[in-house]
Amino acid sequence: MAKRSVIPYGPQHPVLPEPVHLDLVVEDEKVVEAIPSIGFIHRGLESLVDKRDFNQMTYVAERTCGICSFQHGMGYCEAVEHIFGVEIPNRAKFLRTIWAELGRMHSHLLWLGLLADGFGFENLFYQCWRIREKILDLQEMTSGGRLIFSVNKIGGVLKDIPADQLNIILTTLEEVEKEIKTVQKTFLEDYTVQSRLCGVGILTKEQAHDLGCAGPFGRASGINTDMRKLGYAAYPHIDFEPIIHQDGDSYARCSCRIQELFQSIDILRQAISKIPEETDLFTPVKGNPNGEYFMRVEQPRGEAIYYVKANGKPYVERLRIRTPTFANLPGLCEMLKNTDLADVGLLILTIDPCISCTER
Amino acid sequence: MAEVIHPEEILVEIDPSNLLPKIMEMKKNGYRLSQICAAYIAEQFELSYSFADDTTYQYITLRIVIDPDTEIPSITELIPQAVFYENEMKELFGVKIQMISMDYENRLYRIKQTAPLGPQSKNEDAKTEKNNKK
Repeated sequence: MAKRSVIPYGPQHPVLPEPVHLDLVVEDEKVVEAIPSIGFIHRGLESLVDKRDFNQMTYVAERTCGICSFQHGMGYCEAVEHIFGVEIPNRAKFLRTIWAELGRMHSHLLWLGLLADGFGFENLFYQCWRIREKILDLQEMTSGGRLIFSVNKIGGVLKDIPADQLNIILTTLEEVEKEIKTVQKTFLEDYTVQSRLCGVGILTKEQAHDLGCAGPFGRASGINTDMRKLGYAAYPHIDFEPIIHQDGDSYARCSCRIQELFQSIDILRQAISKIPEETDLFTPVKGNPNGEYFMRVEQPRGEAIYYVKANGKPYVERLRIRTPTFANLPGLCEMLKNTDLADVGLLILTIDPCISCTER
Repeated sequence: MAEVIHPEEILVEIDPSNLLPKIMEMKKNGYRLSQICAAYIAEQFELSYSFADDTTYQYITLRIVIDPDTEIPSITELIPQAVFYENEMKELFGVKIQMISMDYENRLYRIKQTAPLGPQSKNEDAKTEKNNKK
């Protein structure tokens, strides 16, 4: 039996975009066990419910994460709207869907770039981030912010997207689609990329289910679930099916996210073609929320849960945000078993970790 | 138009002594642990264990309400992924949980304050607020 040793990995490491620490128990070059620890960037956002009222908490929720900030704000607003029992205007539902899908696209493109950087393909990294820049420009044009939009409001949205901007989105999507097809070829067909991804870090469907994996990480292992099917925002008006893979390896995770990029483009086109002409952007809510609700939304990284409990006062009693990376960490540790030490950095990236929103 | 699923969302309050059998039942029935969260309300802990069915999207939350001094068993022996949720409840709220499979000993979030969302901190906050008003 080879001698066991423990290698500390992170929180500062060239391949890690955010601070997470792993104690890797290795036998020669094989990982036997991975023990995670977090807690380097805990901000205590949930405790702010004592100091910020339920309207102000929308902006706190948005700041949970810099990448999927819009969806955090939307998830919180949807939870409070359920408690109030208000129906938001249809146009606001479509606007939320458009911003949510733009956010998913920029998040997946960011991830693809980081993955390419992780396996040493610098040029591919730059290409992905160059494409992502166009999505960020669209976000800036429509909301005023490149990453943090602050357009959500309890009862709807604060801003509209005028028709000329919707046309610009459609034109940009055509360019972006062509460019993603170019990088897709390299990610999915290049020999060197395949050799780094195929058969590496396999997580079976049973393991993914037992460990509660969420989002593209779970779907790449055959878990057929996508919270957009619950019908929040304008998703009931959109035709789409979750993208599922069965192999459960790093290649399947990459392929799943690339296909989701094309799916988002399709959803955006459908949403823009169906957006109703209305002037109302929000339904005013009266009083304070009273009740509790678990809201589930599909973020770029998977299922996020917003639990809001309110007692009729301006300050909600409890806000709990369960982010997808929080659910995916046990899956990551299982996946790392029996892998080569050299693959660890890449495998951490394949769950698309977002530690700042995990710790909140 | 896409098929929209309107799942059942059920919240059941159970006796704390029934926690492990109920969790076992959920696991046997193929539910996935979706989240666990604690809330300190009316001088009691409300602990919610939510389970999801990935096919029907049904969402079932089991809730136990306990006094701050009551100890509860860890469910990590049945569901290993619960380890982070339980460590979080212990560290942020001061919920007493026995035999967590990997106990971070209040070092999951590396915070200096003890149980910032728990009873002691809430009482201190209330006192400070009263003094400020005076």
